[in-house]
Amino acid sequence: MTRNAAISLTRIAVIVGGIVLLEILCRRHVINPLTLIPPSEMVTSLWHMFGSQKIWDDIAQTFSTVALSFVLSVTAGFALGALVHALPRVRRAIDPLLASYYSIPFFVFYPLLIALFGLNTVPLVVIGFVFATAAMVISTLNGLDRVPRVMTKTARILRLNPARAVWSVTLPSAAPYLFTGLKLALAYSFIGVIAGEFILSGGGLGYSIAYAYNDFDNQTMYALMMFVLVIAVVMNGALHVWEQHMSRKRTRA
Amino acid sequence: MSVAVAQAPQVAQVTAHARLRGVTRVFEGKLSVHALGPLDLDLARGEFFSVVGPSGCGKTTLMDLIAGLSAPTAGTIIFEDKPVKGEVPDGIGAVFQEDASFPWLTVRDNIAFGLRRAGVDAAEIARRVDYVIGFMGLRDFTTAYPAQLSGGMRQRVCIARTLVLQPRLILLDEPFGALDQQTRLLMGDELLRLWRETGATILLITHALDEAAMLSDRVGVMSARPGRFIDIITTGWARERDSAIVADPAFGAVTARLWSLLRSESLKAIGAKGA
Repeated sequence: MTRNAAISLTRIAVIVGGIVLLEILCRRHVINPLTLIPPSEMVTSLWHMFGSQKIWDDIAQTFSTVALSFVLSVTAGFALGALVHALPRVRRAIDPLLASYYSIPFFVFYPLLIALFGLNTVPLVVIGFVFATAAMVISTLNGLDRVPRVMTKTARILRLNPARAVWSVTLPSAAPYLFTGLKLALAYSFIGVIAGEFILSGGGLGYSIAYAYNDFDNQTMYALMMFVLVIAVVMNGALHVWEQHMSRKRTRA
Repeated sequence: MSVAVAQAPQVAQVTAHARLRGVTRVFEGKLSVHALGPLDLDLARGEFFSVVGPSGCGKTTLMDLIAGLSAPTAGTIIFEDKPVKGEVPDGIGAVFQEDASFPWLTVRDNIAFGLRRAGVDAAEIARRVDYVIGFMGLRDFTTAYPAQLSGGMRQRVCIARTLVLQPRLILLDEPFGALDQQTRLLMGDELLRLWRETGATILLITHALDEAAMLSDRVGVMSARPGRFIDIITTGWARERDSAIVADPAFGAVTARLWSLLRSESLKAIGAKGA
């Protein structure tokens, strides 16, 4: 067995072991079933929920909101990052702001967004966007900073026009950092949207979790929580695999 | 006698592949730095010219100026009868000291890169890339990525990427600077081979005196900053030559001459007293 396979196997064993332990503790009533239901019940409850239209509507709403927020934040974050990179003076002015960006508790502005845009998906897109954009800006700046000077020189020696140079040399060169930006933007969009739905909205997975919580409906609440968790892990895992695939050829010694 | 002296520069003007006159580079800033010149240089078509000089004397600046990567503060640079002014002219290729291979492309795609961007048709690209891959001994590595290759092999990829564009003037900025001595000698042989076969003019910047002495028709010795040529030595080697030349007594004499010219300049460059 290779070292990597051993590490993966250990990781899976830890997760499975944790779930089994939780199952036993719940079944033996060491953990009160009013506090937490056994993982197997979460799965069966979720399975039943898949039979009703309600969960599909929630999924559609949450995912379309996350997707919109993600696409907007990546586009704007990249454009802003590239612009700021090209303007060193602006860069110096906003660098400290970017560094302290995530110390701001954005969710305090959420009620304001609802007052501005109404109780619909717009405030959710905005909160996800605000949350995710800075990560993309920072990653873009990081990536562009790390394009070796010799790459830019090479592009010029090969007589590429500026657009070509950016497209075929600068972007691929900065790609690993841009990819980190994509990963963070996706995670932050997801967090922003679900949390927003949780606080106040008319639908979506976050809303349904909050609704079930207020309704003392543990079956639904835990089933949805598990679903959100699994989706987050799967999305991140997929991006990770893709990233590994891309970086392998760059780093294999 | 006076007629001959008057005619000599004219002959040089007609045949020079690249001609520098009064080329000066000053980097403006809070402290403006006079990096280079004024210096004059005539590169004959097809000659192998090396530049040696103490560190920080403006060797790379000189190369950037000839390549058109930056513009001189004063003076003129003529390449193939056209002025070079901060834009890379057609027919010039360059290889740098740092690894400039594209890590996201295979060896083959790295080499084909310039041709594809220039819109050359696919069959012609395949033909030229195949030839250069064979010429540079990269046949077994065409599908490898740079990260899988040694530093020497990666530099070969960069040289191949330059060669495939068939430049008439090849600028090399310490291309073997990061390689070990044995690899450097071998790469030197390859460089001589490609120089002979392509007929290109080569300007090699190096800090290795033996490398300059072994490879070049002429070696320009630069002063400490601001860099100027304090002497240009003609080695007198035959066009058919290789690294075996290091055993020639004349090789020792050339290297010694280079060092005697450079010693005091190098001391100046490191700020030593009594230089």
